[in-house]
Amino acid sequence: MPTVMLRKFEKVCAIIEKHDSDPSKLIPILQEVQEEYRYLPEEVMTFVAMTLGLSPAKVYGVASFYAHFSLIPKGKHVIRLCDGTACHVKRSEGILNALHAKLGLSARMPTTKDMLFTVETVSCLGACGLAPVMVVNEKVYGQMSPEKAVAVVEEIMKKEDGKNV
Amino acid sequence: METSKLINIDGRDVPFTDEKNLLEVIRKANIDIPTFCYVSELSVYGACRMCTVEIEGRGLQTSCSTPPEAGLKVKTNTEPVRQIRKIALELILANHESECPTCTKSTSCKLQDLSKRLGVTKVRFRQIRKPVPTDDSVAIVRNPNKCILCGDCVRMCSEVQGIGAIDFAHRGHDTVVQPAYGKSLEEVQCIYCGQCARVCPTGALTPRSEVDEVWKALNDKKKMVVVQIAPAVRVAVGEAFGYHAGDLTTGQIVAALKMMGFNKVFDTCFTADLTILEEGNEFVRRATTGGVLPMFTSCCPGWVKFVEQYHPEILENLSTCRSPQQMFGSVAKNIFADQFGVKKEDLIVVSIMPCTAKKFEAKRPEFKTDGVADVDHVITTQELVQMINEYGIQFRNLRPEALDMPLGFKTGAGVIFGNTGGVMEAALRYVYEVVEGKTLENCDFNEVRGAAGMRSAEVVLAGKTFKIAIVHSLSNARDLLEKIKKGECEYHFIEVMTCPGGCINGAGQPINFEPDYKKKRTDGLYEADKMLQLHKSQDNPYIKELYAKTLGEPGSEQAHHLLHTHYNARRRMKGRSMVIVNGKGEDKDKLEIRVCVGTSCYLRGAQDLLHQLAKHIAEKGLQEKVLVKATFCFEKCNKGPTVKIGTTVITQCDFAKATAAIDKAVGVLAAKG
Repeated sequence: MPTVMLRKFEKVCAIIEKHDSDPSKLIPILQEVQEEYRYLPEEVMTFVAMTLGLSPAKVYGVASFYAHFSLIPKGKHVIRLCDGTACHVKRSEGILNALHAKLGLSARMPTTKDMLFTVETVSCLGACGLAPVMVVNEKVYGQMSPEKAVAVVEEIMKKEDGKNV
Repeated sequence: METSKLINIDGRDVPFTDEKNLLEVIRKANIDIPTFCYVSELSVYGACRMCTVEIEGRGLQTSCSTPPEAGLKVKTNTEPVRQIRKIALELILANHESECPTCTKSTSCKLQDLSKRLGVTKVRFRQIRKPVPTDDSVAIVRNPNKCILCGDCVRMCSEVQGIGAIDFAHRGHDTVVQPAYGKSLEEVQCIYCGQCARVCPTGALTPRSEVDEVWKALNDKKKMVVVQIAPAVRVAVGEAFGYHAGDLTTGQIVAALKMMGFNKVFDTCFTADLTILEEGNEFVRRATTGGVLPMFTSCCPGWVKFVEQYHPEILENLSTCRSPQQMFGSVAKNIFADQFGVKKEDLIVVSIMPCTAKKFEAKRPEFKTDGVADVDHVITTQELVQMINEYGIQFRNLRPEALDMPLGFKTGAGVIFGNTGGVMEAALRYVYEVVEGKTLENCDFNEVRGAAGMRSAEVVLAGKTFKIAIVHSLSNARDLLEKIKKGECEYHFIEVMTCPGGCINGAGQPINFEPDYKKKRTDGLYEADKMLQLHKSQDNPYIKELYAKTLGEPGSEQAHHLLHTHYNARRRMKGRSMVIVNGKGEDKDKLEIRVCVGTSCYLRGAQDLLHQLAKHIAEKGLQEKVLVKATFCFEKCNKGPTVKIGTTVITQCDFAKATAAIDKAVGVLAAKG
């Protein structure tokens, strides 16, 4: 669809307007903008900076500070694996290695070439009782193992394949 | 009598009044508490921990972020205090590229100084930061490997200059101070004032050196090398050789430059005098013929770039006069080369400036003829010190020598250009006589002098009241522009200098940690004015001769050609555009439509225009044939909104103009296809 980007741009304008172009609302604005683009493109951050009367360096500083914000495009399905203390001692590392191996990823390359998957670690998901925990998009998976995690990925792959047939 | 409030510092009661923090009180008691991230003119940051002291009942506290309170009992040199400072310093040093012998900041580096003072002789920690390349701009060199993250530069750029070209990015041990998106300084809105480098406690931000190019020119027998010395240099260069700030060393500078082999040593004050005649005349003309007012001075290259980037709507308010540096270059190459008996292309003009932005100014295309710059090389006062030291000249033992004529002759009006308020005062000395038609007896306009960030005065000339204002630092300039725009105040003539205090505090001046160096340099220039015979630019006999023989009169066609210029809107940042509509297929087959949504165009409704155009494209079913982008700045800000359709740029664009152009271009495209 050629007008997808127009819709996104109009959404960005609406988000800024909703927050009264208030520079102190920068973080919620960036959060909502990221929902549109799945990451924060440079030119969009510049546009946000300009409309809020902030310097682009300041906006980039905020965007690059928080792990929540991504400066590179993320995949359609974002897998967040907890590597907090509880999950770590329950061997979350093995799960990470299994996911990386399955998808051909590494810490330096967190997103698959087909833009379907992004694998990242977080420092705590606040669900230590379910350790090790993995969240795919919005869905929480508790007490994971390398095998279970790979199975979840395979399930999504199957669904995606089905869409393309 | 009011009993003064007291703080007990190391057993002694120290009175305090309105000091903004405990640190200032301790320093008043003659204890120089070490700091990196504390700069009195900036906000308190509290990051470096060097100013830690022990307060009874509160333990270890940073004195910079502690408000003074009566009755505090403070110890500044206990064992825990000493340990914490040393460890903090050791940790800072661990990630610092310690290349002192080859660092340009060596001997004026705060990090080096404090390491020595605190007796840190060994660093037990391993470096974990990976080296990154340096960012070499035309005026400033940024070396992140030497950055200690004190944030002084960041706060200087945003708080004092209101620019924010650099900021912290990333987090934890990946933290770095850099322009947005990791771009280079030349790609962003930096105005090259260099105030970041002035406050940088290490060699992470330094002026770019042109010393090698100057030596090369001096050693080229085919070239004649002339040099101009800016006003502010003469009251600061001595600081590097044991003189006090403000001590006038013009004669020694001339002697040193002659030893180095400069063929002629001239004075930028001469062309400052020339500037006054041109600028004063321009002001009188504007004021009497209903020209654009207020008129702003245009001597300061940082201010000019700021206006181009942020306030293109006042470009017509800028005086069209070139700065004294550029007038000198133009006059030397176009008028005096003949007189020196040298071909223009064999004449090399070097400037010695207190300023880093002058390096940028000299390279502007406006000041080049056939690709050759009017001013070939710009070195800062610091670089002059470097050259003197490299040569081995014993500056203190030099016998003062005289400047060469005629471009070395100046009046006091040209000398005070280096102070905030100086250009205005010099202009008033001229404008008064022109308008009143009588001799000005007392040349001192004390109402325009001082250190306040914004000063204003009213001057009555020939029965008419003129309101004038003086601002220094760009955040003050921005505030003033806002007020003028809102109609809260009205002025006729405004002087702006980018650096706090004016050129005497430029980033190219020697690094000075004394608290009152600015005032001393300022006083030094006013003293220099007093010591000269003449105080009014119009009395300069060689300026009179220049007009009589070559230029005609101020504002003449010839003067305009050689001494004036015109500045244009300038985009702040290089960057990508936002894709708004993009059909399938190759981009090259599509009609590219770029709508500027930069500040000026945005305020003129570019965003609505973009929405309307997108709707039009959808209605006409052109989605697959066009590539629509929202972009930033075509540098036509005064005539926005600007839209580029294919290769055609349409200024003051509206829906009708844009759709007509689009429909036509699509028709051509279809015919081709």
